[in-house]
Amino acid sequence: MGVVTRGFGGRRPDPDRELPPGQFLTQDFPVLSAGPTPNVDEAHWQLEIHAETGEVHRWSWEQFLALPAQDVTTDIHCVTHWTKLGTTWRGVSLDTLFEDVETSADFVMAHSYGGYTTNLPLQDLLDGQAWVAFEFEGEPLDPVHGGPARLLVPHLYFWKSAKWLHGLVMQDDDEPGFWERNGYHLYGDPWLEQRYS
Amino acid sequence: MSDDAQRTDRLDGNAVAGALGAAYGIDVTLAVVRCVSCGHTDVVARTRVHLSPMGAVVRCAACDAVLVVVVERPDGTLVSSPGASWVRG
Ligand SMILES: [Zn+2]
Ligand SMILES: [Zn+2]
Repeated sequence: MGVVTRGFGGRRPDPDRELPPGQFLTQDFPVLSAGPTPNVDEAHWQLEIHAETGEVHRWSWEQFLALPAQDVTTDIHCVTHWTKLGTTWRGVSLDTLFEDVETSADFVMAHSYGGYTTNLPLQDLLDGQAWVAFEFEGEPLDPVHGGPARLLVPHLYFWKSAKWLHGLVMQDDDEPGFWERNGYHLYGDPWLEQRYS
Repeated sequence: MSDDAQRTDRLDGNAVAGALGAAYGIDVTLAVVRCVSCGHTDVVARTRVHLSPMGAVVRCAACDAVLVVVVERPDGTLVSSPGASWVRG
């Protein structure tokens, strides 16, 4: 049994279900990115967590795939007003990745291959709320959708789910990432319609 | 699935002519921008522009650093240029 967020494993999404304010349904998966799609070779791919102490936790692609993974079915909400119901992913929970990370910092900056950044509170990444996803709809994650691996934080607007994830860097203050420095909301809760700062 | 990112990757500075014209009053075919990270100086029309539904990202044609970001918000157009040492209109 996989992890199912917003509760309806296996069944078709209910089209009459309530959506966050200002959102409409799409069956498509529009592509959102701030730059060209980086070509990330899995042989050179690494995932890193940098604690504020300077300690770095690193996984190669093989080490990452050897971690316990979960199937996740979830709705995703983009700030550009589309919502896609019942998307299915496979990924490693951030709870697993943070198991041996000692940190007292409250915030995280996600860094991507290609230079994209986005900021999140650590508490939004733990307790079964976030994954590093490497499959979408049963297939390896396509580079245009963030492959080899992307962050998946479905309870926030989808720009927080950084594509081409490379590292998570602990930070004491909630410093803004790329879009957050350019007019978008620091936190991005779709149910509170936190689109802009 | 739509793969429109591939199509928009090849745009140049003319793609943000309207937004930069309205915000800065400049003509992108004449205005010159200098890149903070590599010092490359070029007319805005020759920069690389990546259009995403969240905003337009203008990158240096020489080093790919982000020069200018244009975000259309309900309260107006927000233009930031952290990667440009200057824009000469
Ligand atoms: Zn690194
Ligand atoms: Zn440059």
